[in-house]
Amino acid sequence: MCLAIPGQIIEILQERDNLALVDVVGVRRKIDVGLLAEEPAKPGDWVLIHVGFAMSRISEEDAREQMRLLKMMGEHAAAMEEITGYGLDDSVARGGP
Amino acid sequence: MKYVDEFRDPELIAGASREIRRLADPGRHYRFMEVCGGHTHAIYRFGLKDLLPENVELIHGPGCPVCVLPMGRIDDGLFMAAQPDVIFAAFGDMMRVPGATGSPLEHKARGRDIRIVYSPADALKLARANPDRHVMFFAIGFETTAPSTALTLLRVRAEGIRNFSVFSNHVTIIPAIRAILDSPDMRLDAFIGPGHVSTVIGCRPYEWIARNERKPIVVSGFEPLDILQSIVMILRQMKDGRAEVENQYARVVPWEGNRAALKAIGEVFELRPYFEWRGLGFISQSALRIRDSFAAWDAEKHFLTPGVRVTDPKASQCGEVLKGVLKPADCKLFGNECTPEHPIGALMVSSEGSCAAYFNYEHRKSELVTVSA
Ligand code: SF4
Repeated sequence: MCLAIPGQIIEILQERDNLALVDVVGVRRKIDVGLLAEEPAKPGDWVLIHVGFAMSRISEEDAREQMRLLKMMGEHAAAMEEITGYGLDDSVARGGP
Repeated sequence: MKYVDEFRDPELIAGASREIRRLADPGRHYRFMEVCGGHTHAIYRFGLKDLLPENVELIHGPGCPVCVLPMGRIDDGLFMAAQPDVIFAAFGDMMRVPGATGSPLEHKARGRDIRIVYSPADALKLARANPDRHVMFFAIGFETTAPSTALTLLRVRAEGIRNFSVFSNHVTIIPAIRAILDSPDMRLDAFIGPGHVSTVIGCRPYEWIARNERKPIVVSGFEPLDILQSIVMILRQMKDGRAEVENQYARVVPWEGNRAALKAIGEVFELRPYFEWRGLGFISQSALRIRDSFAAWDAEKHFLTPGVRVTDPKASQCGEVLKGVLKPADCKLFGNECTPEHPIGALMVSSEGSCAAYFNYEHRKSELVTVSA
């Protein structure tokens, strides 16, 4: 729950407000980007995700370091389990571009 | 040092460690509290204590949401789970936390419908998929998770979903810091401020700590180097006679926080007059309850919660450890009756809990060789 998971926004989805497809080291899931409303998220942005919601924008380098940190802390598996577990909305995530 | 190869910049780590030794006055004992359980985990995982001089002591703070939850709230939630047609949904962290009548996992084994979700939005999805059941989401966390619960409730209201409620156990970090500072048995010199919570609340809410309490606070990242640099920044402030809020984690934490997140929290939640914290007792205005305008989705109203109050098991010293008065190993149950496999207190369950962190990493300590300063 307290994990901050780095990911890259692939696509802003149209099926409902504030839904985006995100890529976390190859795993693609839908997350909510409504908390970035001040400066709306766009494809290519790197974000930190908490419990399925993008909370802050970070640099690509910081995203890599955060993933490395999760590995070093032994939390990588938990982070991937969390990402894989997200099932926001009932439709299945679309495949890659 | 065993983990030194994993550090991104071993040179910088050694440099920061040297700088800490240079700045720390050998005639003085320093006590710094890391507020956030994520920092506690990192400090043990990377053996950072071994990079600090003897007289710089780190005290573990209350920033572990499962740890500070009083047992009665878990029993309240499990009471709700026992009502007809209810699905109890919670984050995985909650599942092994003991209530007086067992943990959610044990209740599941007894036949309750208890599910792990990774996001409040997934709990909502469960409600959509099960229209003839009632999904109760057991919400926990500091300001890091409260905005997600808030956005989910805004969505629930917009969609007019009726078979969903939230049992809010969200807490706020500032009143907890205040309670610790007010506690007579606590002497602290400075704080390592939480990273992710500050992403939401920003740095301003800490200003009173510097201004009124004259104690430095440095909001810190989670890398070993971040934590050491934050300690350097604190020691520099103390050497110069300053007490300020500084942001070591500016690459992620904006000074003003996340306004959209704060707005969502404000729309859905209001402060409770008081809330009980494990170890810290009742703290006024320290937790979030659901506003009346969202009463239809407030589990505490929906279920007429019994409001169970249970005292912690005899001999457990979770409260003292949470306050930083005792170290984990000083608890009489540590490592014998209470282990990560058979936790008696929540601090032994969560990876952010200081007892679990201490248990999982302390036995490696002997393998560590202090980095040459
Ligand atoms: S060892 Fe167990 S009982 Fe003792 S303080 Fe830690 S979690 Fe609580």
